[in-house]
Amino acid sequence: MSNEEINGGDALIRALADENIDLIFGYPGGAALHIYDAIYKQNKVQHILVRHEQAAVHAADGYARATGKPGVALVTSGPGATNAITGIATAYMDSIPVVVISGQVASHLIGSDAFQETDMLGISRPIVKHSFLVQSAEEIPVVIKKAFHIATSGRPGPVVIDVPKNMTDPNYKFEYKYPKDLVMRSFPILGKGQDEKIAAAIELFRSAKKPVIYSGGGTIQADASKELTEFSKLIGCPVTNTLMGLGAFPGNDEQFIGMLGMHGTYEANMVMSEADLIFNVGARFDDRITNNPSKFGLEAKKIHIDSDPSSIDKIIGVDLAIEGDAKIVMQQLIEQVKSTGFDQSIYKDWWSKVEAWRKAHGLNHDMLQLKNEKDIILPQQVIQSLYQTTNGDAYVTSDVGQHQMFAAQYYKFKDPRKWINSGGLGTMGFGLPSAMGVKFAFPEADVACVTGEGSIQMCIQELSTCGQYGLPIKIVNLNNRALGMVKQWQDMQYGGRYSSISYEDSLPDFVKLAESFGHVGIKVEKLSELNDAMKESFAMKDKLVFLDVLVDPDEHVYPMLEAGGSMSEMRLSKDKKTF
Amino acid sequence: MASQISLLMENQPGALSRVIGLFSQRGYNIDSLSVAPTQDSTLSRLTMTTSESREVIQQILKQLYKLIDVVMVQDLKASEFISLEMALIKVSNKSEVISKIEKNYSSLEFSELDNKKEKTILRLIGDTDTLETLLVELNDDLIEVTRTGALGMTLGDVSLETEEETKVIY
Repeated sequence: MSNEEINGGDALIRALADENIDLIFGYPGGAALHIYDAIYKQNKVQHILVRHEQAAVHAADGYARATGKPGVALVTSGPGATNAITGIATAYMDSIPVVVISGQVASHLIGSDAFQETDMLGISRPIVKHSFLVQSAEEIPVVIKKAFHIATSGRPGPVVIDVPKNMTDPNYKFEYKYPKDLVMRSFPILGKGQDEKIAAAIELFRSAKKPVIYSGGGTIQADASKELTEFSKLIGCPVTNTLMGLGAFPGNDEQFIGMLGMHGTYEANMVMSEADLIFNVGARFDDRITNNPSKFGLEAKKIHIDSDPSSIDKIIGVDLAIEGDAKIVMQQLIEQVKSTGFDQSIYKDWWSKVEAWRKAHGLNHDMLQLKNEKDIILPQQVIQSLYQTTNGDAYVTSDVGQHQMFAAQYYKFKDPRKWINSGGLGTMGFGLPSAMGVKFAFPEADVACVTGEGSIQMCIQELSTCGQYGLPIKIVNLNNRALGMVKQWQDMQYGGRYSSISYEDSLPDFVKLAESFGHVGIKVEKLSELNDAMKESFAMKDKLVFLDVLVDPDEHVYPMLEAGGSMSEMRLSKDKKTF
Repeated sequence: MASQISLLMENQPGALSRVIGLFSQRGYNIDSLSVAPTQDSTLSRLTMTTSESREVIQQILKQLYKLIDVVMVQDLKASEFISLEMALIKVSNKSEVISKIEKNYSSLEFSELDNKKEKTILRLIGDTDTLETLLVELNDDLIEVTRTGALGMTLGDVSLETEEETKVIY
């Protein structure tokens, strides 16, 4: 039986369906109209109409982070494509599998400065894992297949497919065939680590007195969280996660010493600076972690497991590099430990030191008990209230700034893929659209977007999308009436000269704003009202609730690494520091 | 002497810009660059020289290999190799220039290609360092210079070849 003849637009959508994609986020426009017509004519692939292309990519990204499956966005040429760029860069920096399909002007017009023409391949080149310009309608199925393979394999990342309008010409038909296999030249995907390196890693643990397991987003991407946890339990040393790695090891476990780095816990940063063995799985020694690389881990042997060889020895040279898939390598390590046995008691002295650090300056996870005369709400208390209300089980997306750090510090993520934030690029505006992607993936789950009154306004238009599709997200707005993180830096480094961090008195009434989109808005100004308002929000199962919480405008995020210093050089509060 | 990197990449539009873009994006410097198709018309071979440190070169090699369009990468310095470059120069005082070359640059091959209106084009072939020294000396005599950039190849059994194709079956 010969395959049926269809046009390029239909082929594109059918190829998505064949790739098991049932949901795409997008925004139509001239160059993408043939594709949108193809969407209309079928029902396997549902299209979600957002209000801005940046949000389409963030939503696809949030969907991918929460599910582990690739997210897909569809935009038109020119401004549609350029609006998608921030979303693509966000996914690139955090290695998220997203496929972005952009319309392009017809091939014969490319280069002529045609209406809504932009060189999408050129503009996106530094922020994609790979990109394609479709050269013929017939190659659409194979390009789609390759795009998903590249986006999801090895170290994942975004792939752009630029589709000139004539490639989806409704009148040009060809035989549709979705490829069953692909031939890729030189596309190695790493699997197992070398056996002798596995054995050597365990020996390093055996000879160490002060080891630490430092795990990043790669562990979550590789679905290696279970293995990380099992391995950590077998070894019994302190475990820390990066901002991207939170949830890979249970945040409520005693063995967990909290997040490390710029706003990591005192104990995690002290452990990193005094460790004699740093075991890195799926993290990349980035500058928010190491602080000054020349002062990083000078006394420590270092092991680095990564699926991307270019991450190894990039910032910090290591003693033992294991190139491989984190899940498979961790399984090998577990087998090795199990077959040889491991005596955890060798770390007893190390643990008593860690416990002393934790006791001295650890985070206070009972801040809700603190009262003050003016009944002012501290931002940390809002996160703790959210944590209690949701039993630590919610998906939490965030924007970027102080609220993001408070959420990372105080919401003790138990499971992977539940903490969704823009770690690498630090994109304000990410929180709400990514929450939409999560909510589409898990309609029954609690999805909270922790944000600030600065960040939320960067993609506030998506309140409309949430109304259209009935997405009962809970927006927890830590409203400190200023760009808090910038203000904190201006307090610390610029003598309190607050340059461009306030909005005069022009903030919207968020309650009315939410209501105007058909949602519920609740304003909370007193600590004594916080818990009840939080519970009330989550009790409204079918409503988006915008919880506008007025928090202490003068609060800073601590601990904080001192710029240019080592990991033990921290500010612990406005007037206390370790150096 | 600068390091030399050779690579095979897909002979496709956009592939070259990815390679070049990587250098500007990551702040690596390229001294010279030469690219053309190979005996396999689906592949181009690119040779570049760079004066970056060993550590940076290791990063460059890994980053290049990560590009989907790059099929294989080779650090020529890692084994015995030859390297040479061709230059065309246009001069008006041919005899003086030729005597300078013959006197001090015997390792360079040269030949006369064209001689119109008393301006001569000479072809020079040799290693990059010698060529550069000569060009400095000739500076005042030169009307025009164009260079290929260095080309290199490892000796004997060590060759830049493609790996086996990876077949992905679903």
